Amino acid sequence: MSLGKLIERLIQLIPVLLGVSLIVFVMMTLTPGDPVQIMIGDQAVTPEQEAAMRRDLGLDRPIVERFFVFLGNAVTGDFGTSFYHKRPVSEVIAERLPATIELSLVALIVALLTSIPLGVLAAIRKNSIFDRIATVGSLLGVSLPGFWFGILLLMLFAVHLHLLPVSGRIGYSAEIEPITHLLLIDTLLRGRFDAFLDALSHIILPAITLGLPMTAILMRVTRTSMLEVLRQDYVTFAEAKGLSRRRVIFRHALKNALIPTVSVAAIETGSLLGGNMIVETVFGWPGLGRLVVESIFLRNYPLVQAAVLFYAITYVLLNFVADILYTVLNPRVKL
Amino acid sequence: MTLAADMPVRPDSIFRQNLRNFGHNRLAVGSAIVVVLFLLMAIFAPLVAPHDPNETDLFRRLQPPGWVEGGEWSYLLGCDGLGRDILSRIIYGTRISIFIGAAVILVATTIGILAGLASGYLRGWVDIVISRLVDILLGFPYLIFAIGLMAMMGPGLFNIILALAYKEWVIPCRVVRGETLVTRELEYVEAARALGASRGHIMLREILPNILSPVIVVATIRMAHVIILEASLSFLGLGVQPPTASWGSMVADGRAFILEAWWVSTFPGLAILLLVLAINVASQGLRDAFDPRFHE
Amino acid sequence: MNAPLLSVTDLRTVFDTRAGRVCAVDGVNVEVRRGECLGVVGESGSGKSVTFASVMGLVRSPGRIDGGAIIFDGRDLRTLTPQQMRKVRGRDIAMTMQDALTALNPALTVGEQIGEVLEAHDETLPSSRGARNAAIRERSVEMLSLVGIPSAESRLRQYPHEFSGGMRQRIMIAIALACRPKLLIADEPTTALDVTIQAQVLELITDIRAKLGMSVVLITHDLGVVTEHCDRVMVMYAGQVVEEGPVREVIGSPSHPYTKGLLGSIPRLALRGQKIKPIEGQVPDLIDLPAQCRFYSRCTLRQDVCKSLISMREATPGHSARCVLVGKDRP
Repeated sequence: MSLGKLIERLIQLIPVLLGVSLIVFVMMTLTPGDPVQIMIGDQAVTPEQEAAMRRDLGLDRPIVERFFVFLGNAVTGDFGTSFYHKRPVSEVIAERLPATIELSLVALIVALLTSIPLGVLAAIRKNSIFDRIATVGSLLGVSLPGFWFGILLLMLFAVHLHLLPVSGRIGYSAEIEPITHLLLIDTLLRGRFDAFLDALSHIILPAITLGLPMTAILMRVTRTSMLEVLRQDYVTFAEAKGLSRRRVIFRHALKNALIPTVSVAAIETGSLLGGNMIVETVFGWPGLGRLVVESIFLRNYPLVQAAVLFYAITYVLLNFVADILYTVLNPRVKL
Repeated sequence: MTLAADMPVRPDSIFRQNLRNFGHNRLAVGSAIVVVLFLLMAIFAPLVAPHDPNETDLFRRLQPPGWVEGGEWSYLLGCDGLGRDILSRIIYGTRISIFIGAAVILVATTIGILAGLASGYLRGWVDIVISRLVDILLGFPYLIFAIGLMAMMGPGLFNIILALAYKEWVIPCRVVRGETLVTRELEYVEAARALGASRGHIMLREILPNILSPVIVVATIRMAHVIILEASLSFLGLGVQPPTASWGSMVADGRAFILEAWWVSTFPGLAILLLVLAINVASQGLRDAFDPRFHE
Repeated sequence: MNAPLLSVTDLRTVFDTRAGRVCAVDGVNVEVRRGECLGVVGESGSGKSVTFASVMGLVRSPGRIDGGAIIFDGRDLRTLTPQQMRKVRGRDIAMTMQDALTALNPALTVGEQIGEVLEAHDETLPSSRGARNAAIRERSVEMLSLVGIPSAESRLRQYPHEFSGGMRQRIMIAIALACRPKLLIADEPTTALDVTIQAQVLELITDIRAKLGMSVVLITHDLGVVTEHCDRVMVMYAGQVVEEGPVREVIGSPSHPYTKGLLGSIPRLALRGQKIKPIEGQVPDLIDLPAQCRFYSRCTLRQDVCKSLISMREATPGHSARCVLVGKDRP
C-alpha cells in the first residue's frame, strides 16, 4: 500500500475522531453536578471565590467556545486537573496506563497463542470429538460474564488452592526501577527473575479472564476461515502437487485463513479496553480501567472524560490498524 | 418447495419454512425452552420465589446452600451477607435481566430499522448523516460508552436502558441498511414504485417484511450481549440500585465473601451464564435455520 | 512399453450424503497409453472429474473409493500408503485445474509455488542450501520460459493476481510439469479462458506432450477440443463410460445415442444443414439408480430391453459403446 493511500485513510479518520470528541464533551457537559461545587465540597467559599474558580475552569464561556477549548487542550494532552489527585489528569493517566497496557498485551498473547492452534485443529478435525468440545468451549467463552469468571478463578486458584495471589500487580514493586514500566519486561531487564515470576503469578488470572472472550471469538473465526480455505481449489492443487500435509495446511491454507483472524484480532483488541474496567476491578489491578471506575464514584469527571476520550481514540485507531492489516496481508485487495 | 424465480417471494412462507428448519435443531429448541423457562420465572417471580428477595435476616447471614453442612433446604442456594435468600433474589433478578435485555433490543431494533431503512432507501444526505453517526458511535468501545453515559445520567433502570440503546441501535441499523440497499433494487420493489406506492409504503410494507429474518437473528444474538452488559454495569455499581436484586450486583456483593462464602457470587453468575448461553445457542439455531449461507 | 501407463478397472467412487449414497463413479474402466492424449467428455456431474480425482487419491470426504484397481506404471495406487501416494502426485501424475485464478494460492509468490514442487520431489537437487535454492530457481525460470512466460526471472517474485488469465493458466501448467510427470491430467484447461487464449493453451499442452513424451488426459465438455488434440476419447454419462474409442471413429460414427446427442448439440460439429438439437431431459439423480440404461429417460431410441443391465459392446475393434443398438442394424 502506498504512503499516499495511507495518509488518505488517516485523513478519513478525522471526522470520526471529531465526532467522538464532541460526544465525549457533550456527555460530560450534561453531567449533573456542578464541577465547581464538587471541588468546593465542604469548604466555605465566598461567591466571589466561586466565580473566580468558574472563570479559571473556563466554565463561564459559551458552550461552543468551551468545546473548541476542550479540543485544543485535548490535542496538547491537557485534560485539566484531577479533582481527587490534585494533579494534571494526563499525569495520573500516564501513571496508570502501563499496567493496563501490560495486562492487555498479555491477554492478547494468551488469546492468540491458544485460539489459533485450537481453531486450526478444530477445522482439520472437523466433526471430531475435539471439534465439538472446541465449539462448545467457544460458545461458553462468549457467554461467560467476565467478572464472574474472574471471581471463580480467584476462588479456585487463590482462595482454595493458594497457588496464585488474590490481587495486585506485584508483591514487591517498589524495588524494581522502571525502564519500560511493563513489569514483566522490567524485572527481566533488571535480572530479577524472582520478581518476574511474582509479576507473572499476579498477571496470569487477570490476563486469562480478559482474554477469554477474545480467545473464543478468534477460535471460531480461525475455524470458520480455515474450513473455508480448505475447500478452495488452491488447497486441492497444493495436494495434487504432492506436498506434505503439513505444508499444505500451514503454508497454503493457514496463511490465507489467518487474514480474517488477524483483522478480527485487531478489532477485538479494542474490546479488551472495555473488559479492562471489569477485570481490573475484580483483580485489584492498578490500571486505568479501575481508575476510571473509581473516578466515577468520586465524581472526578475530568479524569473520566479524558479516559473515555482516550479509550475511544485508541479504539478508532485499532480499527484503523485492523483495516490496514487486512489490506496488507491480503495481496489481492488493492487499495 | 419450488418457487418460480421471477415471482416476488412471499416472506411469510419462507418464514414458516425457516421455523420448521429451526424445529429440527434439537439443541436450539432445548435452548429456546430454557429461555422461555427463564421468562416464565421472571413473570411469575412472586409465585415461584420461596422467600421475599429483600427480607434480611441477620441470623441467616452467609448461610450455606441446602446440601452443605449448616444449610437449610428451604434456603436452597444459601443466603447472602444480609441473610437474604439467594435463590429468591436470582428469581427476581431474572426480571431485571430480561426486562432490560428485551427493552434495549426493542428500542434499539425499532430505531435501527427506521434509521437503516431511511439510510438505505432514501440515500442522499439522510444516508450520509446516519452513516456518519453510526461511524462515530462505532468509535466507542461499548462498555466504555455505556459507563460514560451512566456516569453522566446516574444509575437507575430507565437510564441503563437508555445508555445501552444509545449505541445498540447502530447494529440493527447497519444490517437493515445493507439489506435495504440490495432489496430496493429487486423487481417487486421497482414494480411497487412504478405503481406509485409511497416511499413509506415501500419501505415498511415491501422491503421490511423481506429483510426481517436477519434482523430477528441479529436481535436475538444481541440480546445475549445486552444482558451481559447490563450485568457488567450492575457489577460495577452503575446499574440498578440496591436493594433491587440484579444478577450483576449480586455477584459484586459476593466479592466480599469469597474467602468464606463461595455461593454468594457463584449462583447469580451461573444464572447469567445459563440464560446467555441458552440465548446464544438458540439464536445460532435461528441463524442456521434462517440463513442458508451459514450452513457448513 | 506395450502395457498401458494407466489402467483403471471397475472403479467405484461414492459419496455418502444425507440424502443417500451418491455413486459418482460406477464401474469405470480407463486405459491411458504411453504418449497418447485421451479425451474425457461428459456433462458436469457425469463423473469425469471424480474419476481422475480418484486416480490422484484426492477424493474428499464424504467421498471415498469403494472398489476397483488403479494400476499406474505397474503399481496399484490404491495399495500405496499416503506417503507413497504423495510421491506419485506431482512427480509421476500431475494435474491442472479448471481455473488457475482459484488454483494458484493468492498469498504465495509464483516462484514459491513452482519451487515447492521441485523441493518436494526432485532428488537430483544439490543438498547444500544455497546451491539447492539456486538450482530450484534455475529450474523454475526454465519451466516458466517453457510455457512461454517472458522475463520469467523477475516474475518469480510476483503474486498470481499480477498476471493475466492466460499467463496464470500457463503458470499452473508450468507447476504441473515442473517434475516432468509421466501423466498430466488437465481438468477443463480452457473453460475459464477466452477463445483465443484457449487455442494457445491447448497448443502449449500438445507441444509439451510431444517434447516430454508424456501422456495427457484432457477432461473437457468440448468435443471440438477433443477432435483437434486427442488420440482417443471416452464419453461419460451419469458415472459410467458410455462410449470409447479412437477420436476419428467416435466423432465420425458415434454409436451411443448420447454421443450422437452431444455432437448434435454443438454448432460447429453438427452436420451441415441439420438443426442443432439439444438433448431433452436431465441427468438422472445418482442416488439409488435402477439397473438399466442410464440414458433411458432421455433416449429417443429407447426400447424395453434397455430396462436391463447394459454392458459395453464393441462396434469395431477398439471402439465400443454401452448401448443395445451397437452391432445391430442402425435405425
